[in-house]
Amino acid sequence: MVTATPEIRVQNLSIQYGEKVALAGASFEVMPNEIFGIIGPANSGKTSFLKVLNRMDTFTPGMRFSGTAEVGGRDVRSWRNLYALRRRIGVVFPLPVGLPLSVYDNVAFAPRLAGVRGKAELDAIVERCLRRAALWDEVKDRLKALGSLLSGGQQQRLTIARALSQEPSILLLDEFSIAVDPVTTMRIEDVLKELKQEMTIVLVTNLVQQARRLADRTAFFLMGECVSVSPTEALFTGDADPRARDYVEGRFG
Amino acid sequence: MTDRKADPAVDRRDVAWWSDKAVSVLVFLGGISAILFIIGIFVFITREGFGFGEHFKAGEIFGSTRWAPTSDSNPTYGILALVAGTASVTGLAMLIAVPFSLGAAIYIAEFAKGRTREVLKVLVEMLAAIPSVVWGFIGLTIMNPLIIQTFDVPIGLCVLNSGLILGLMAAPIMTTIAEDALKAVPDSYREAAEALGATRWQVTRRVVLPAARQGLLAAVLLGVGRGFGETMAVLMASGHSINLPTSPFDSVRALTATIAAELGETAVGSPHYQALFMLGILLFAVTFLINLAADLIVRGIRKG
Ligand SMILES: Nc1ncnc2c1ncn2[C@@H]1O[C@H](COP(=O)(O)OP(=O)(O)OP(=O)(O)O)[C@@H](O)[C@H]1O
Ligand SMILES: [Mg+2]
Repeated sequence: MVTATPEIRVQNLSIQYGEKVALAGASFEVMPNEIFGIIGPANSGKTSFLKVLNRMDTFTPGMRFSGTAEVGGRDVRSWRNLYALRRRIGVVFPLPVGLPLSVYDNVAFAPRLAGVRGKAELDAIVERCLRRAALWDEVKDRLKALGSLLSGGQQQRLTIARALSQEPSILLLDEFSIAVDPVTTMRIEDVLKELKQEMTIVLVTNLVQQARRLADRTAFFLMGECVSVSPTEALFTGDADPRARDYVEGRFG
Repeated sequence: MTDRKADPAVDRRDVAWWSDKAVSVLVFLGGISAILFIIGIFVFITREGFGFGEHFKAGEIFGSTRWAPTSDSNPTYGILALVAGTASVTGLAMLIAVPFSLGAAIYIAEFAKGRTREVLKVLVEMLAAIPSVVWGFIGLTIMNPLIIQTFDVPIGLCVLNSGLILGLMAAPIMTTIAEDALKAVPDSYREAAEALGATRWQVTRRVVLPAARQGLLAAVLLGVGRGFGETMAVLMASGHSINLPTSPFDSVRALTATIAAELGETAVGSPHYQALFMLGILLFAVTFLINLAADLIVRGIRKG
């Protein structure tokens, strides 16, 4: 195994909402340019884990975490400029949240924050990101229309384009395909395989087969515990953990 | 197989059906009565005021600063000074209240956390509940000597005094409404924008304020309406003397205060009485125009 610096490293990470423990003592590493899957039943702490990585815990009163959580070799709590940390990390939420802006402005939002002003440059970024999110052909004639007027699946792809627009080194996807049709999901999956060259992807998914298609390694979360981390195939052969195998084969609960 | 025809006993008017009908009639009466009251008031004011028609000289009314309805030899009804009084006081009040209350609303809704926010909200609402006489009293007994001392002027009951008082009065209401408008913007927008690396202020300026602009505009216009229609505090703090103000230290008299101070002393149906009602029509019309403008602007925003 090559000893590259892990892009994400958590050591004994625990997450609590008030007294309620959402994740207890998870430890694993995510390597650069890896697609790292996270699967597990509802309420197992998957979303909570993603929230820690870009410090979204600040939005949720009562949410606390302890242990180590490093991004790019640096503890996420040590960042003095939280916003700079978040700019390194793109996030896609399970349900699309279109900002109340046009399609164009949604995608140009982050680049503008980063100080990009030139029209030509913005145009190029917007087009590139929309193409990557497999949305360009459908919206190229209505860039000025409100993002919220797109269909649910289109909005989700818009949020993917938006997440890519900040050129993140890490992309966090939380059940991105919930509102997307199967054909488009496949197209986005192909895009993710390409994006892997440029960034590290953490893919939380309820679709076991999606993890199997995409993820190099996959963690299995169960009731707030990280039960196993292994090459994805190992989940299906039972080499990882018998509970993981039960879950992926649908023999659960 | 059972008979698939619906049982006729199922289709009957039950309690829920009747209470629905009853409630819809009640709320209809509530809604319609508001309209009837407005029309009634409008008709009453108009009838009383239009009797002034025979004394009506547009040139004098809108061109003269001399408001002397009780003069025996030469009663004049120029409202220019009164309009200027109301406009200057309201204008100054808005100059003070708009930035302060928008700032306060943004702080409470976007920046303050936990207890600070709750305490501030309650305080602002308490401020909004202070009766206008009390504000007038503050203008009279605190601001008046303060202005005289600070600026070395002979009298402290002036545009500055009443503008400040009116601004302070309007600010809490504007703050509350503006804050509601900001709170109505879904948190998911804020989270999405912050996840893109936007700072609090960037989120506020680029996402929240544009999304809340209708509500914010409503807040400002409501404040203007409040200032425009306020009577007691202005009566007490403005000096109540007829003047075209040329500096913030001039005493002025407002339209509303004029009506309040003089109506009790006029004989019903006299020209003076009718002239005061004419001022009422003017106030009514301007308020109506402000509301109409707000409505049109809001509609325009919705379309665009
Ligand atoms: N804002 C919150 N306040 C309190 N408890 C929360 C909050 N968010 C999540 N939790 C709790 O933390 C636990 C883990 O939730 P989390 O959202 O991380 O699960 P998940 O694995 O993403 O589930 P799903 O697959 O349904 O999205 C749950 O028991 C949940 O009730
Ligand atoms: Mg989740």
